[in-house]
Amino acid sequence: MSIALETEHLDKRFGGIIAANDVSLKVAKGARHALIGPNGAGKTTLVNLLTGVERPTAGRIRLDGRDITELKPHERVRLGIVRTFQINQLFADLTPLETVGVAISERLGTGRDWWRLAGSKKGVMEEVMELIERFHLADVISERTAILPYGKQRLLEIALAFACRPRVLLLDEPAAGVPEAERHEILATVASLPKDVTVLLIEHDMDLVFSFADRISVLVNGALLTEGAPAAIARDQNVRAVYLGEGADA
Amino acid sequence: MSTVRLALPDVARLIMRRARWRPAEILFWTAAFATIFLLPGRHLILTEVAILGLFALSLDLILGYAGIISLGQAAFFGFGAYCAGLLANHQLVTEPALALLVAGLASAALGLLTSFLVLRGSDLTRIMVTLGVALVLRELANRFDNLTGGADGLQGIEIAPLFGRFRFDIFGHTAYAYSLAVLFIFFLLARHIVNSPFGLSLRAVKGNALRASAVGISVNGRLVAIYTVAAGYAGVAGALLTQTTQFSSLDMFSFERSADVLLMLILGGTGYLYGGIVGALIFKLMQDWLASMTPQYWQFWIGLVLVVIVVLGRERVERWFAAIRRRILLWRAPKRAA
Repeated sequence: MSIALETEHLDKRFGGIIAANDVSLKVAKGARHALIGPNGAGKTTLVNLLTGVERPTAGRIRLDGRDITELKPHERVRLGIVRTFQINQLFADLTPLETVGVAISERLGTGRDWWRLAGSKKGVMEEVMELIERFHLADVISERTAILPYGKQRLLEIALAFACRPRVLLLDEPAAGVPEAERHEILATVASLPKDVTVLLIEHDMDLVFSFADRISVLVNGALLTEGAPAAIARDQNVRAVYLGEGADA
Repeated sequence: MSTVRLALPDVARLIMRRARWRPAEILFWTAAFATIFLLPGRHLILTEVAILGLFALSLDLILGYAGIISLGQAAFFGFGAYCAGLLANHQLVTEPALALLVAGLASAALGLLTSFLVLRGSDLTRIMVTLGVALVLRELANRFDNLTGGADGLQGIEIAPLFGRFRFDIFGHTAYAYSLAVLFIFFLLARHIVNSPFGLSLRAVKGNALRASAVGISVNGRLVAIYTVAAGYAGVAGALLTQTTQFSSLDMFSFERSADVLLMLILGGTGYLYGGIVGALIFKLMQDWLASMTPQYWQFWIGLVLVVIVVLGRERVERWFAAIRRRILLWRAPKRAA
């Protein structure tokens, strides 16, 4: 099986703090891979390294075999590494329509057009509509994002990632703060992604992880503790120790 | 969940809603052009308003649409002003409208060169860096006095008739029609730019740069582009001032000029393109009116108005106006029903 995303001996230090310690992670193409770990294990740091928000202190990152360690965040997005954020990162003053429109028009390479009005490209608008309907945002299409209910904002957050048509999708706690009923809706949408899209799920909620992932990596104190199929991880004594030791964290 | 069905034309119309001309806008420009014929005695001050309005518009493009704060926009204003003066004095480009464009392009080039300075850092860094650039340019103009006239400025600049036909008269009639037309044309261009996909992506960058880069937008690229355009706008405004006053001086680079234009924009409001023009009008009228009452202390009142606007917040003031309007509508509605 070919590898979609790979890190090689990735280190990240903030002064004296080691946030990532020799992380060598392989995510297979089309995998539904989950990354779990207690609070402060370095999950978000790893996502920031993969997306280029942070530069690693040492190590390399490869996408489909291509070294992307030096690429800027927006360049990685264009290659297909797309993320969602644990805490919504949206454009407060834009409407869902404009938000999705910005992302799609950027992907199609028309985001720099200054000589025509936004909304005048039929192809872009068709895709916008499709996504808006798929993520149940049609009823709030022209509201300011800032005033949308949390659930809608969460959907928009995921819709925005889909708009970039990811090849590798990094989901940073997509269900955080979402009520039980809507959780499954979000996960169902993620599960409906084409099989060639690789998903790396960073998650706290064990039920969610075990119902979704076909492979699990465990991160503790910035380093990979172990990796395996869900059943193996569930049995693993070390993992149990980490989680049970952390008490209610899982 | 939602059963709302969307139709393509409706959705396209929704996203283009911002670009639609509102009646108030048409009224605004009709009134502006009507002053050419209706207020011939006020053309000198109105010319100033138009020029300052264009200058403030340049600041609105970066502050209101990209979130770049600048206290040195006069750098480009002054640069454009001197370009226009030198082009005329050395008879390089004698046609004023063409010289205006050349001065604007030169200022845009300067904007492009200095844009990397505003890419990084906080608002405070940007304020200091832009302020610094303007100071540096002012001193350069002072230093190279054989070219710029130093502290005396460029005096008695001969500006050829516009399009070879319209002389710049002492009453400022030609100057006003010319300035207003230039303001309008550049306003149209700005209006088009902010409603384009590029403009939309700028608003995304301003709203959340982290997320903007996470959808593939080159944040720095967009900021450089709009900073360059805005520098060009400021340069055109400066060139207009030189052409309509036949004079350019070091004060065109001054800190006061940068601060005044920021003040005008805050007075009129950012992010809707008219703020700069409205602010320039309020600023000039207040200056005119207050200065005739209390010649020495007029800035006290300007300062007071600024403090009130900033402390109360524009939104609150706008809410009051909206509430008053609702009252009036409510008060009139029963009558109509009866």
